[in-house]
Amino acid sequence: MSRGEQSMVPEPEFESYYGKPILKQPTWKTPDVPLYLFLGGLAGGSALLAEGGALTGNHDLEKVGRLAAAAGATAGTVALVHDLGRPERFLNMLRVLRVTSPLSVGSFILAPFASLAGAAAASQVTGLLPRLGRFAGLGAAAFGPPLATYTAALVTNTAVPAWHEAYREMPFLFAGSGAQAAGGLAMVLVGSDQAAPARRMALAGAAVDLVAAERILHKGLVTEPYRIGMPGTLMKAARNATVAASVLNVVGGRRSRLVSALAGLTYIGASIATRFGVFEAGRASARDPKYVVIPQRERLAARQATRQAEEDRAGAAGKHAAGR
Amino acid sequence: MTTFFDRITERSFSGRLDDVQHDAGYDDHPPRKGFFTDTSVCIGCKACEVACKEWNEVPDDGYLLTGMSYDNTQALGASTWRHVAFIEKPLDVATTDLGMPGMGPPVPAHPGEDQGTESGGANDDAGVRWLMSSDVCKHCTHAGCLDVCPTGALFRTEFGTVVVQPDVCNGCGYCVTACPYGVIDIRKGDGRAFKCTLCYDRLKEDQTPACAQACPTESIQFGDLDELRERADQRLVELHERGVDVARLYGRDPEDGVGGDGAFFLLLDEPEVYGLPPDPVVPTRTIGSMWGHVGAAALTLAGLGAASFLGRRSS
Repeated sequence: MSRGEQSMVPEPEFESYYGKPILKQPTWKTPDVPLYLFLGGLAGGSALLAEGGALTGNHDLEKVGRLAAAAGATAGTVALVHDLGRPERFLNMLRVLRVTSPLSVGSFILAPFASLAGAAAASQVTGLLPRLGRFAGLGAAAFGPPLATYTAALVTNTAVPAWHEAYREMPFLFAGSGAQAAGGLAMVLVGSDQAAPARRMALAGAAVDLVAAERILHKGLVTEPYRIGMPGTLMKAARNATVAASVLNVVGGRRSRLVSALAGLTYIGASIATRFGVFEAGRASARDPKYVVIPQRERLAARQATRQAEEDRAGAAGKHAAGR
Repeated sequence: MTTFFDRITERSFSGRLDDVQHDAGYDDHPPRKGFFTDTSVCIGCKACEVACKEWNEVPDDGYLLTGMSYDNTQALGASTWRHVAFIEKPLDVATTDLGMPGMGPPVPAHPGEDQGTESGGANDDAGVRWLMSSDVCKHCTHAGCLDVCPTGALFRTEFGTVVVQPDVCNGCGYCVTACPYGVIDIRKGDGRAFKCTLCYDRLKEDQTPACAQACPTESIQFGDLDELRERADQRLVELHERGVDVARLYGRDPEDGVGGDGAFFLLLDEPEVYGLPPDPVVPTRTIGSMWGHVGAAALTLAGLGAASFLGRRSS
């Protein structure tokens, strides 16, 4: 009952129940959840830029960062609530705190982040309570990096093979992608003379993103969904856009506002493509039983070989002792 | 009094766990209950599916004919808490395919208690082996669905089983992605997650779960997990002595990736043939490392953000 498409490498044989999936297809909706992954990264990174801007007297950057952090967190929360089967019960998320549930931990990151970022942005816009606003902004900056990266644990703490097997790299992919998106947005909205920190952040984020994505893509059969089909196209588009944006950024970002804005938009597009690519790769890997059966069979075989080797060693030692 | 922190750190996330109820916070509790499904005596009557639907008032989930086998249920799901799999596997003998193998009724070649053996003899060229198996939620020792539930809707009962509280579930769907067996699902039109409760209501009244009660061949056995494991071990020895080498237990080992199943099986072929994962692991087994990597990545992002402001001031 082996099934498989035409490919360069012969498909390993495996058995299944009429080719039916073993895992359930994730019920998370699109665009809600991939969009939330993007917005969390954007908001988290923006809170950092805002606080950096405040500390260095870069007020344009501070303002854009504060507004982006608040808007990203708000839109992200809406997407997350909309994804629920029973949206009116979204507050049940705060009923318990479970360290084994990244969604539970994440709710306790998103709730304070959204409140603090909202307060900081409100103070920024109205000019009211500036000291309190500054304090809220500092808090948002502290919750920003966890907000941008916990979503990696959200997708990897699952039985979905393409997500779970990338649990070491995914947080770095999401951190880099978030930095890239936040830096990119500031490059679009802030004059190029004020946007230098945003350009550096986007460039560094792009580097982290590229390395993490390459490592995920080279994990053999289990991450094949990132390389083929629609998610494969998205991941390739994300990589190419990241490289193109970084070239624009380095070559013309400082001199031309237009080039800087163009690079910024490309960074944002790359970050969105990465999130949708990751999401769709997971769905594809849950759909095909081969991604469950073959890696698990290999794991079993490896364990058996180890056990056999141990037994052989023990047996040889026993014989040796008996021979004396 | 145990503090919140103690409760988190004392809990075990993977590996062997002999008192799962105590781990979940029950000091005084009945023995752990479970199912032993011996597929070697399953006749595929689907009485378990029907009894489950009736007792638990589970709605229908479509009346489609699959055309692939006698199995029109196809898989476990939000509205299917017992699922009888039908496997028609051609035997490895040189036969002429006369078309439509497996569409006829199975002919018992060896009348006896064991199924899962060859059907057809001299006048049946199809050479088909029949396997039937009633699948169910495994009520894992380390349950992925329960670990990831952010609302506390999923909980461990005093019987060691795993149950969803529909009045708390907000339909986030995290449990669906976390089950290594693909059991739990969101019910369409309702929005909440549902799965087998091991008849929690009946257990509280000292009654046998509906599926086990209805099973005419005692393929589904209900009882204390310790006792079921002993019974299964004996049955395995018995089958091996009779030459049924293909018999194996699935989910019996308390050292496996989910710490052993509360509902385990005797199978006559590889697990994947029945649509079961060959080496399931609870995702949470690596939760420590996952949070470690998230922490490192968050620090990287914070450092990267700070470093971005260290360069020349452009203004």
